Amino acid sequence: MKEKMASFVASFGLPRLIITGFLLALFILAPIVGVDLPMQITNVINRFSWNAILVLAMVPMVHSGCGLNFGLPLGIISGLLGATMSLEFGFTGPMSFIMAVVISTPFALVLGMGYGALLNRIKGGEMMIATYVGFSSVSFMCMMWLLLPYHKADMVWGLAGKGLRTTISLEGYYDKVLSNFLQINIGKVSIPVGALLLFALLAFAMWAFLHTKTGTAMTAVGSNATFAKAAGIKVDKIRMLSVVMSTWLAAIGILVYEQGFGFIQLYMAPFYMALPAVSAILIGGASVNKATIMNVILGTFLFQGIVTMTPTVMNSVIHTDMSEVIRVIASNGMILYALTRRSEVTR
Amino acid sequence: MSTKQQNAGKTALNFLRNNTVPLMFIIICAVCIPISGFSPSYLLNEIITRLGRNAFLILSLLIPIMAGMGLNFGMTLGAMAGEMALIFVSDWQIWGIPGVVLAMIVSIPFSVILGLICGKILNMAKGREMITSYIISFFINGIYQLIVLYLMGSVIPIAHGSIKLPRGYGIRNTVSLLNMRQCIDNLLAIRIGGVKIPALTLLIIALMCLLIVWFRRTKLGQDMRAVGQDMQVARDAGINVERTRIISIVISTVLAGFGMILYLQNIGNLSTYSAHSQVGMFCIAALLVGGASVDRASIGNVFLGVTLFHLMFIVAPQAGAKITGDSMIGEYFRVFVSYGVITLALIMYEMKKRRQKASIGEQLALAQKEEEQHE
Repeated sequence: MKEKMASFVASFGLPRLIITGFLLALFILAPIVGVDLPMQITNVINRFSWNAILVLAMVPMVHSGCGLNFGLPLGIISGLLGATMSLEFGFTGPMSFIMAVVISTPFALVLGMGYGALLNRIKGGEMMIATYVGFSSVSFMCMMWLLLPYHKADMVWGLAGKGLRTTISLEGYYDKVLSNFLQINIGKVSIPVGALLLFALLAFAMWAFLHTKTGTAMTAVGSNATFAKAAGIKVDKIRMLSVVMSTWLAAIGILVYEQGFGFIQLYMAPFYMALPAVSAILIGGASVNKATIMNVILGTFLFQGIVTMTPTVMNSVIHTDMSEVIRVIASNGMILYALTRRSEVTR
Repeated sequence: MSTKQQNAGKTALNFLRNNTVPLMFIIICAVCIPISGFSPSYLLNEIITRLGRNAFLILSLLIPIMAGMGLNFGMTLGAMAGEMALIFVSDWQIWGIPGVVLAMIVSIPFSVILGLICGKILNMAKGREMITSYIISFFINGIYQLIVLYLMGSVIPIAHGSIKLPRGYGIRNTVSLLNMRQCIDNLLAIRIGGVKIPALTLLIIALMCLLIVWFRRTKLGQDMRAVGQDMQVARDAGINVERTRIISIVISTVLAGFGMILYLQNIGNLSTYSAHSQVGMFCIAALLVGGASVDRASIGNVFLGVTLFHLMFIVAPQAGAKITGDSMIGEYFRVFVSYGVITLALIMYEMKKRRQKASIGEQLALAQKEEEQHE
């Protein structure tokens, strides 16, 4: 029995066990300390629907052996370009969301291809360089948001008449278009079916893709690049494809996040957005070179569960908000744990 | 003749390749300085102030590079240790130079513990030290916040209300260091024209440089270089690789702690929760601007880097405002340049590593061919 427990802990990972136990404790504690549980569950499900696609974006690059995509902000920027242009061109309502997706796609493809070409030239050092590609592209776009010729009155600074605002309200545009689509209310719990459906669709497409010939080739490249090359797989091309997919998913992911959140956040906002997504997929059981759709779902749920539950529960228990500190320690601790697994050190 | 020319061309190309970043920065500064319209004496004054403020911090990065561990993003840990020491010293109301010296002494145990943790973790993540040390800095930042924001004043005794939050525990967002502001800089300061030279600070930095030069020649320093060259060979030669790597990180963390205290005594107040967050990035960017790379850095790189990087930092906002009419552009430009420089240096390092691997392969193939011909 003891051995069984030990092997379970070893395979599940101690940090993951602590985080799951912590969340369970929060759920049990919530009604005892008088927190409105249905409301909290609604929050968790909603936040899940905002963030899941961003976490899903991690999957292709992990499969092709490019490691965790710390360069997620690059994809997010393509999404932001699509969002702001769709608004600038005068689209409103649900149409503005569709146009945002359409406009951001070419940006994501082009940026993703450039990013992929770069990562192909620096095999082995992907994660560090990805981090800094993300940082430099965000700080570059900070200048661009000021300089690009946007003119729509509710997007630019009122006085100057140019330069985008730091946050842009989506009211009248695509605020909650997916969340309100087919929304179901059970008692006090409301479920944003539209947003969940889009995630399910993309997740299913990803699962199906990984079972096609190209998808299997991608996994082969990730597990052993030399072997894949010998088997006649074009390694660089497959890696490039995975990076483009990841970048595009990040672009779609930020659009879905915005429709739930109700605002477009520009300038330094995308800066650290890679870290929550990275730690979410790791909490879900993924590692630096292995990730499944199940890891995405479980990880996003656990991560968002902790992010939403800790502030309220902690506040009612000890009357101080330690949630931010706990979130920082838990999420970065998880990334550290994944980076230091000896069996997974490749190359 | 032609081969000579070819060689000259090759060396020129190599020189360009090895010094892309400093040359780029010289061009940026050369363009921006006239546009910004600052007077030379103002610029000189600023540069010397910033040299005294930052050089020590940047020197702390040299030793891990020597040991082949890359850019130590974990130097932030040392900065946090230094800040904690300063919080205690200002709570004990010990000011002036004794305060600074005491803070340095108090920071040592914190730095050593954090350095040991960091070194241990980095030994578990060989080959990806940089990203790991980067995440460690975030992780320890969480622990630092836990200690300073929740435990100080409630578990760890803090006597003075002036540095505590109104709720009775946790440290305020800014701790005033007015009573030790520039105490080291002003002692023995020399004024030439309008330029103030903080002689004592510069002397301390010079001493540190000598210490690093000496350290390179010691047994431990030689061991570190061997580990940096090739871990396997070093291990075969009987060097305890893991221990050497941990020591290099501990030294770096302790030095970063001292550097942070020197930095903060110049600034004169401590932003408790944000002072350390950018320090690693700026120091690393400055070192790279000076022409260092991930596996090679000298003391010369430190001083050239501080000068060029901070020159850019001073003139960019003004120049940006003059060109585009918007002061924010310049602010964003310098942030972009800092990150861009690090990105560029990382890419060049990885590409160089691949080129070297390829050339070793070619040489092997060539040698094999020759051998076959002999037979």
